[in-house]
Amino acid sequence: MVSGLINENPIIYPKKERRLRTDSSNTDEFTPEPIDQLEIFDHIRDIKDPEHPNTLEDLRVVTEDSVEVDDDNSYVRVTFTPTMEHCSMATIIGLCVRVKLLRSLPARYKIDIRVAPGSHATEDAVNKQLNDKERVAAALENPNLVEMVDECLLPSAE
Amino acid sequence: MDLMEKNLELVEIQKLEGHTDRVWSVAWNPVSSHADGVSPILASCSGDNTVRIWEQSSLSRSWTCKTVLEETHTRTVRSCAWSPSGELLATASFDGTTGIWKNYGSEFECVATLEGHENEVKSVSWNASGSYLATCSRDKSVWIWEGLEGNEYDCAAVLSEHTQDVKMVQWHPTMDVLFSCSYDDTIKVWWSQGDDGEFECVQTLGESNNGHSSTVWAISFNAAGDKMVTCSDDRTLKIWGTDIARMQSGEEYVPWTHLCTLSGYHDRTIYSAHWSRDDIIASGAGDDAIRLFVDSKDDSVDGPSYNLLLKKNKAHDNDVNCVQWSRSEGDQLLASASDDGMVKIWQVATKP
Repeated sequence: MVSGLINENPIIYPKKERRLRTDSSNTDEFTPEPIDQLEIFDHIRDIKDPEHPNTLEDLRVVTEDSVEVDDDNSYVRVTFTPTMEHCSMATIIGLCVRVKLLRSLPARYKIDIRVAPGSHATEDAVNKQLNDKERVAAALENPNLVEMVDECLLPSAE
Repeated sequence: MDLMEKNLELVEIQKLEGHTDRVWSVAWNPVSSHADGVSPILASCSGDNTVRIWEQSSLSRSWTCKTVLEETHTRTVRSCAWSPSGELLATASFDGTTGIWKNYGSEFECVATLEGHENEVKSVSWNASGSYLATCSRDKSVWIWEGLEGNEYDCAAVLSEHTQDVKMVQWHPTMDVLFSCSYDDTIKVWWSQGDDGEFECVQTLGESNNGHSSTVWAISFNAAGDKMVTCSDDRTLKIWGTDIARMQSGEEYVPWTHLCTLSGYHDRTIYSAHWSRDDIIASGAGDDAIRLFVDSKDDSVDGPSYNLLLKKNKAHDNDVNCVQWSRSEGDQLLASASDDGMVKIWQVATKP
């Protein structure tokens, strides 16, 4: 993609240091660790933005606080902030987050994805599409779309 | 018999494994039941692009997969419906086509493929006499097809009044009135005047007439055809009614009105609702549970009210996409389909 980017000059935020997990309280190897906010954020922070060679974390599209998780009830909600109000890539970004979580989290998890309130011109329409699982399923049967999503989910060669 | 007084539970009779992806829908063959001397038959359709036909053995009472309908649809098969005679099975697919399969005893053959929708077909329904078929799609339209001689189907109408993806179509159980529900949050009623009339939208049930505030996923009628239940992404079930006697006797369309809303019972999207012949409403939702509701029979000036009869938590390991009561009298068998790839057969029984 040369020109015609929706957001030509995205703000790239300085990289936050990654916190090491030093939880030594659970020494029982058979008890699964409860899934927490940081673990889910780790799954999505490196998703590449569909238009730029930056991650969703770099562009502050997702932050640790954008993840709300309730492991006891197997529920997670991710609220993402598209870089621009009229970003037509919003549904692609939302789809990438959903696919990454579907592939990474246990099957028991219910996943809700939404754009940050007030951050997008057609917020309700985007949210509705992202949370209609029949529409998501049909979209993921589209090879072109799957290719685009897989590109975003590929780990960067850093 | 007051169901609320009996201590009832939903007992899992059998788990049917075989599909390799989520199961979207199930459909009971209308003419088969042990009472008819014919083994009960159930069809299920899946994201694995196939339809499986399950049959219950009269000897062992266990269900096995009789045949797999494959290599026809190239994408998810979203729903299926048996013709009233039980001889044909229609299958609606994301590949944009609707397959018509004929039951030749041990084998099924795809005898016709209905094309026309611009993208994914979501639902298919036969009218009471089997003379009409209706389909609907993400292309926002509802198509009515007429069966002709020699496995030919003619498009009788293309109805384009929904403003979004149409999720389900359902013919009225006794009259040739068609109902559709959509991502546009409405339910539309399609009716044709007289014998030669064109089908047109005679009513839209939306938020302004106590309708749903989000996608409506399913519609189901009671046996008498004077009431229907709809379920939605707004996490409510709504009961609607009409004066069926007036509608059947006269030439005029009689509007449906909202009777009751069941809210606060479901925590996630309700994907399916089905009204049994003995007036139990089953619901299948995104919280993996199956719920049963019955009319409370409390006469109230505000209209009927419904009570939760029972809730089956963790009916499946994932979302319940479809619940369907079997047609046979007194059997009270319920089939369910889920994102966990399973089909389950349940029975309503009194707790020991």
